[in-house]
Amino acid sequence: MSDTTGPKMVTLTIEGRTAVVPEGTSIIEAAKTVGVLIPHYCYHPGLPVAGVCRMCLVDVERFPKLAPACATTVMEGQVVHVHTEKAREARTGVLEFLLINHPLDCPVCDQAGECELQDYTFQEGRAESRYEEPKRFNPVEDFGGDVMYVPNRCILCTRCVRFMGEVAEDPVLNVSERGDRAFIGKAEGHDLTNVWAGNVVDLCPVGALLSKDFLNKARAWELDRSASICTGCSQGCNITVETRDNTVVRLKPRSNPAVNEYFMCEVGRLDYRWINRRDRLDQPQVRGDGGVLHVADWEAALDAAAAALRGRRVHVLASANASNEALFLAGELMRTSGGRGVFRVALGDEAPLPGVPDLSLRAERAANGTGARVLGYETLSTTPTIAADDAVLVLDDSLEGDVPDALLEAIARGAVIVHVGTTLPARIAPLLQVALPITNHTEEEGTFTNLRGRVQRFLQSRTAPGLARPSWYVLADLTERVGVTSGFGTPAEVFTAISSVHPAFSELTYAQLALRGLPILDATARGLDAPTTAGVA
Amino acid sequence: MGYPNPSHGRETPVLSKYFGDPEARTLAGWRARGGYESLEKALGMDPVEIQTMVKDSGLRGRGGAGFPTGIKWSFMRPDGKTHYLCCNADESEPGTFKDREIMRWTPHGLVEGVALGAHAIYAETAYIYIRGEFTEPIARVTAAVEEAYAAGILGANAMGTGRRLDVHVHRGAGAYICGEETALMNSLEGRRGNPRIKPPFPAVAGLFGQPTTINNVETLTAVPYIIKHGADWYQGLGRDDNPKSRGTKLFSVCGNISRPGNYEVTMGFPFGEFLNELCGGALPGREIKAVIPGGSSVPILTREEAEGALMDYEGMVAAGTMLGSGGVIVFDDKQDMVKQIARLARFYAHESCAQCSQCREGTAWTTRILERIAAGDGHARDFDTLLSIGENMSGKTICVLSDSCATPVASGLKKFRHEFEAKLGPDRSRGVVPVMLTTNRSAVA
Repeated sequence: MSDTTGPKMVTLTIEGRTAVVPEGTSIIEAAKTVGVLIPHYCYHPGLPVAGVCRMCLVDVERFPKLAPACATTVMEGQVVHVHTEKAREARTGVLEFLLINHPLDCPVCDQAGECELQDYTFQEGRAESRYEEPKRFNPVEDFGGDVMYVPNRCILCTRCVRFMGEVAEDPVLNVSERGDRAFIGKAEGHDLTNVWAGNVVDLCPVGALLSKDFLNKARAWELDRSASICTGCSQGCNITVETRDNTVVRLKPRSNPAVNEYFMCEVGRLDYRWINRRDRLDQPQVRGDGGVLHVADWEAALDAAAAALRGRRVHVLASANASNEALFLAGELMRTSGGRGVFRVALGDEAPLPGVPDLSLRAERAANGTGARVLGYETLSTTPTIAADDAVLVLDDSLEGDVPDALLEAIARGAVIVHVGTTLPARIAPLLQVALPITNHTEEEGTFTNLRGRVQRFLQSRTAPGLARPSWYVLADLTERVGVTSGFGTPAEVFTAISSVHPAFSELTYAQLALRGLPILDATARGLDAPTTAGVA
Repeated sequence: MGYPNPSHGRETPVLSKYFGDPEARTLAGWRARGGYESLEKALGMDPVEIQTMVKDSGLRGRGGAGFPTGIKWSFMRPDGKTHYLCCNADESEPGTFKDREIMRWTPHGLVEGVALGAHAIYAETAYIYIRGEFTEPIARVTAAVEEAYAAGILGANAMGTGRRLDVHVHRGAGAYICGEETALMNSLEGRRGNPRIKPPFPAVAGLFGQPTTINNVETLTAVPYIIKHGADWYQGLGRDDNPKSRGTKLFSVCGNISRPGNYEVTMGFPFGEFLNELCGGALPGREIKAVIPGGSSVPILTREEAEGALMDYEGMVAAGTMLGSGGVIVFDDKQDMVKQIARLARFYAHESCAQCSQCREGTAWTTRILERIAAGDGHARDFDTLLSIGENMSGKTICVLSDSCATPVASGLKKFRHEFEAKLGPDRSRGVVPVMLTTNRSAVA
């Protein structure tokens, strides 16, 4: 319901700070707005409130008892204290209860270092245990999919149960048994194979639900983290790429209310090994006398490529995972010469996450198909006509998988093939004149445009192999040598050029995109912002 | 009557008048005893009129909390929403078996009260949620409901008034926590019987998210008598110096007592006389040591405290305990209080729904310590730990199960500490056990 006056605002005091929040806001969320983190376990902004861990108890003036900050809505003039002795004692009590049956096996636990049980115990827990009784034991369970359950570490916050029940609407998990015998149960005969199930591992505040894929792979404090965008489909889920020693070991969702809330699917999450592949094209190569590809330095290779392309009609076969910046620069070659740009994109089944509007594993399994279309590329439905004296620029299309013979023949008909890619595709290796090594999206920065027309930045998370250079950089250099662009020194400058040339991008600046992106201007006109019915609650 | 014992002259049998009378179980028998006259009268009354009458009678919830019934009903206003009445017949409080006898002997009395209550809160549908183990009461109430439907008392045209009144009997699956009102509603809806966070209160969003009133069996069964004899009559029952507790109350008496059973007395009856005269006092050659007066969740009284108490809401509070459900558990000098209290704690540990951290872990921890002490391996520091755990378990959870476990432990430890001390064994302290490998205390110093 849109109300021009907006929601009624409530003013309250939290830890001496004045918060002004819309009516109906919980104390825990109101506290966040003034920089106060109220310790909590069961509460998660992406899930229905359970109010069971009792960790977020706060002292509200004139309330007879401590109030759970997650389940108490703000009231005008309310005065909330998070760190009174009474509130802190209550939380210390909760921490003690949560630890009595916990194995305290942090040294072998994957969650260590990013564990909220550790964090809050360090913050306000007891230094020693008063528990002298035997600990309750339950064996580890394989929950299927990518999820392993370690019940001894479980604090029964029920985030996982609520996610599967209320968000994924696939109620496979439950709380079984009662009292301290309780554990997270799995419906008989069902596994956590739902494509969204892996989110329960992220949601788990402790080391009870673990990713089998990440098991024992790295300690949390060894990881470097960078903001990025998932390339698994056209949804454009915001993610964090986590690397250890320059190797991507894990992808995690990064919150963006406009795209993926707090979640990502298993298809995107588990498809990262290709990023680390070792058989990369890592040196420029030029076909020399005798028809043999040989390693060249960048200057020679770029000159050779420019010479081959100059004066010819250039067609581009682009990857749908190429950045807007790379697509734009390659597009300048085809635009100025009258060539065509096409891209291939794999298709799969849609898999919406029912509890989040317009969040789905999309049929189009690439990050930037929309960007490519907006920038003048077409989906490869008919093979472009390539004349004998045309040039073909292959922009990181691996030419693997289902490639029509007609396309390969058409490419082969071209006079010149220049490959700008992360690998050297076996299918066209014998045909190409120049191969220029570029970085993949985790090794450079740039932008993608998701299926709703949202332009989002990704940042560099690992260093490039060998002599590979960022795609925008290579293409800026190449197009400048061909004589169709000039003066690009950063991806931001390329983006500025895009927004000055393409009306859709006008008024967007690279800096404004920040880490959550912005929609292109005429998204509505292009029918991009209309959610599919499947995603709407 | 002190069923199954003969009625004692000092009892005031209202609800229990027909306990032991098989004819009262049938519709014909119930009608012959004046049954359903109140319902018929009430269906001709405006709900607000009934609410006011019940308010004026001073009737308070007999399930344990003692909330004024008329006021609870007055929260229900015609608002276009579907209203529900739930009858809490999950009687699971250890030591309590009064509702069981109401359902066994006067099921029509309950059905009448439920139908009347539904009308009073603008509901067409009522549910009687009966504890799963109550096989006979379930059979009796189900039979009574069927008879009432067949006779047109319930159904689309209840007693010819053109009004619809439906009563459904639901059998619980045997969880103590399902006697907690919101857990009962979850259970009725087919969910796990976990208590809900309040607010919203049931009167706003209860069963199936609709405005709901939930009343105990004894409360609802008392209402037809108030309609029949008037608010003033009910108001007239009880001790003169306490206007807050009126009417009669059923007490279930069990444990080490000469005549266990159900007794109905007026509010404010002297507890000492109740125990020693009506219930016949201790078993021959024994002495009463302790009494839990209101179901296992309330503080334990010593014999002296109990004998000086008055049996109403305020009287029990004055004695340092609560009237609760009226389940009186008597312990004599042969009983080991440590073992008894450990057994109570075990019950709560078993029945904790496992939602709240304090309850799930605290009830089990309390039990383990108590059982260790009972086994002769306790240490004095355990007392402090028990009290501290109890403190952390009280007033901090969604429902009061956690408090209910802590309460008898704290009172038992306070009043029978000598028995705990007598059980202590050699100190097997393992010393300080580190929580983590390193702990940064500077953050909390």
